[in-house]
Amino acid sequence: MNKILLVIQREYMTRVLKKSFWISSLLAPVLITAIYAIPIWLAMKDKEVKKVAILDQSHLWKASDLQDKELVFTFVSKSETAFKTQFAAEGYDAFVSVPGDVLTNPKGVHIYSSKNIGLSLKESVERLIQNKVRQELMYKAGISAKVYEDTQVDIDSETITISESGDETNSSSAGAMILAGVMGLILYVTLLLYGSQVMNGVIEEKSNRIIEVIISSVKPYQLMLGKIIGVGLVGLTQFVLWIVLTIGLTQFTGKFYASKAKAAVELNQGKASVDMDKAMQDSPMGEVTKVLESTNIPLILLSFLFYFFVGYLLYSSLFAAIGSAVESPTEAQQFTFIVMIPIILSFLLAQYTMQDPDSTIAFWASMIPFTSPINMMVRLPYGVPVWELAVSMVLLVLGFLACSWLSARIYRVGILMYGKKVTWKELAKWLFYQG
Amino acid sequence: MLLSIRQVEKHYAEHVALRGVSLEIPKGVIFGLLGPNGAGKTSLIRIITQITGPDAGEIYFDGEPLRLEHADQIGYLPEERGLYKKMKVGEQLLYLAQLKGMKREEALIKLKDWFIRLDIKEWWNKPVNDLSKGMQQKTQFIATVVHEPKLLILDEPFSGFDPINANMLKDEILALKERGTTVLFSTHRMESVEELCDEIALINHAEVVLSGNKSEVQNRFKKNQFAIRFTGELGTIADIDVVSSQQGNAILRFAEGLSTNDAISRIIKQVNLLEFKELIPSFNEIFIQVVNETNA
Repeated sequence: MNKILLVIQREYMTRVLKKSFWISSLLAPVLITAIYAIPIWLAMKDKEVKKVAILDQSHLWKASDLQDKELVFTFVSKSETAFKTQFAAEGYDAFVSVPGDVLTNPKGVHIYSSKNIGLSLKESVERLIQNKVRQELMYKAGISAKVYEDTQVDIDSETITISESGDETNSSSAGAMILAGVMGLILYVTLLLYGSQVMNGVIEEKSNRIIEVIISSVKPYQLMLGKIIGVGLVGLTQFVLWIVLTIGLTQFTGKFYASKAKAAVELNQGKASVDMDKAMQDSPMGEVTKVLESTNIPLILLSFLFYFFVGYLLYSSLFAAIGSAVESPTEAQQFTFIVMIPIILSFLLAQYTMQDPDSTIAFWASMIPFTSPINMMVRLPYGVPVWELAVSMVLLVLGFLACSWLSARIYRVGILMYGKKVTWKELAKWLFYQG
Repeated sequence: MLLSIRQVEKHYAEHVALRGVSLEIPKGVIFGLLGPNGAGKTSLIRIITQITGPDAGEIYFDGEPLRLEHADQIGYLPEERGLYKKMKVGEQLLYLAQLKGMKREEALIKLKDWFIRLDIKEWWNKPVNDLSKGMQQKTQFIATVVHEPKLLILDEPFSGFDPINANMLKDEILALKERGTTVLFSTHRMESVEELCDEIALINHAEVVLSGNKSEVQNRFKKNQFAIRFTGELGTIADIDVVSSQQGNAILRFAEGLSTNDAISRIIKQVNLLEFKELIPSFNEIFIQVVNETNA
């Protein structure tokens, strides 16, 4: 037992002390925080105010109609042909010409600018003109401005899940989908990544011939298990670092923006904070935040760590068996596909599970040990009955025990086999060799 | 006896690796395990080191049936040996010593002694990748002996060693023997057998075909031949065959029952004898003879 600990310690320390481990551990939270913070930052940034000259031949607009925080309008009364060559020289960023018959000829509006006009400027100008034109047309059709205002409602639905016992929880299916997709993808990538790390570790020990020295001190299954657990703990450490750092960083930037927003509220009568809320809600992270608020975060995090670790143990024991049978990573390719197929299949099934998390296929995909790590994590944000989660976890542990038993039998023979082209038939025979 | 191997059998799917192998290895000797490639030496060593198990038969280590815990009292240097390339030398040796059941602090003290003794202190923090092949061999040797095993198993220890390292290794093996370590080493290099071994066993085709004390084995293979140097004319002598003779050197075979003194008195009647030496068969000759006989 003590010797397994030594093996775990070596596998863990040699990896955790590498620079690349720390770079990836630190970089990922920074990137995630950036995805979260940049839309807010953009929304809160003081925008550059642009000066726009407007030639209104229709005389529909009053100065109060042209309020925009990014644009300052000045009415001019010069001819369009003359002024379009002068506006830049007079310090305007753009020149808008509205024809007298704009109500019947909405395409007659021209926007001149010296530089290529920004899309947002074009949209702002168009929106202001369009609102007024629609309002006028409604008025002419006999609809009062008040009625028009009252019809401008935004629909923002709230989805609510009602459990069998009648408890209501807010849910956002878009957010759940994003969260599910992200967790599924992370599991997919990490299962492959850490699994192949184990395989390469086994190949390294075999090809540099230290294996025989080691297994004269420890039993092969101890070495295999020690290596798998050691590498797995590296993965867990990385996830914990990611989670802690991401939460820490987002909390920090959240507080930072909140204090800024408060200052902005005082200055702008609440405009900025509305913008910020809106930016947060519109960004994908906002949707995820909504789900996170309505779901059991500790349950999701703990389940994620569980499914990563045990799912990883299952797959990496198979990777270890493959590593033991070959002498180089290129030679391993003929066998790795058989382990990669269930991982890729899980990921494909997860796309389906995400669409319909309570379907029969999704249920079975989240129960069968090979596909359950990814598929159960994809289902979890949508809500899963406790018994299903428990059964799936127990099955996964049993699956791991079965796989590691098979793998250990191949491993103990494979690590001492040199200069032999290994076939599937050969591998099957090793299962039945006597110690 | 430190190691008793009794009727050990090992079968693989396609061939028999060991058939009824029995060996007794006394404490404190250097025991040579000889045999051609594929005879079963490595299979036997892997059973003693418990890397694999025997299909039948028993093994006693220091009087007890061989158990997993005995692995800590055995040091094993395999024929194909390696190290973790990216690990530092000191760290790696600490790891290997701890795997043999040593405490970290204890291993550190013992390793420092070895590093001072072999004058390699500056290697401690070097990654193995930066070491030359000879340096790696020294490192591997330290890893094999640092836990002061009762039984040291060396599989072809001299293969790949340059003459200087081979000499160092020889001296260290003899020093370990002085301190009571039993050494089992397998080799095809017969000159190292003659130099180092006290006892030998020859394995061919999965069976022990010859074993015993080194000089006793040599005596068994003596052909009653003697070399002489002389001046004069060598004619026919009763009960003595001239195997070869040229320019004052000859090899003679004495008939059964003829004593050396009688033979000499007969020879000196004919020639002026300058030198007289009994021909003891070399292990190389014995090896080839026995292997050929058992192959036939």
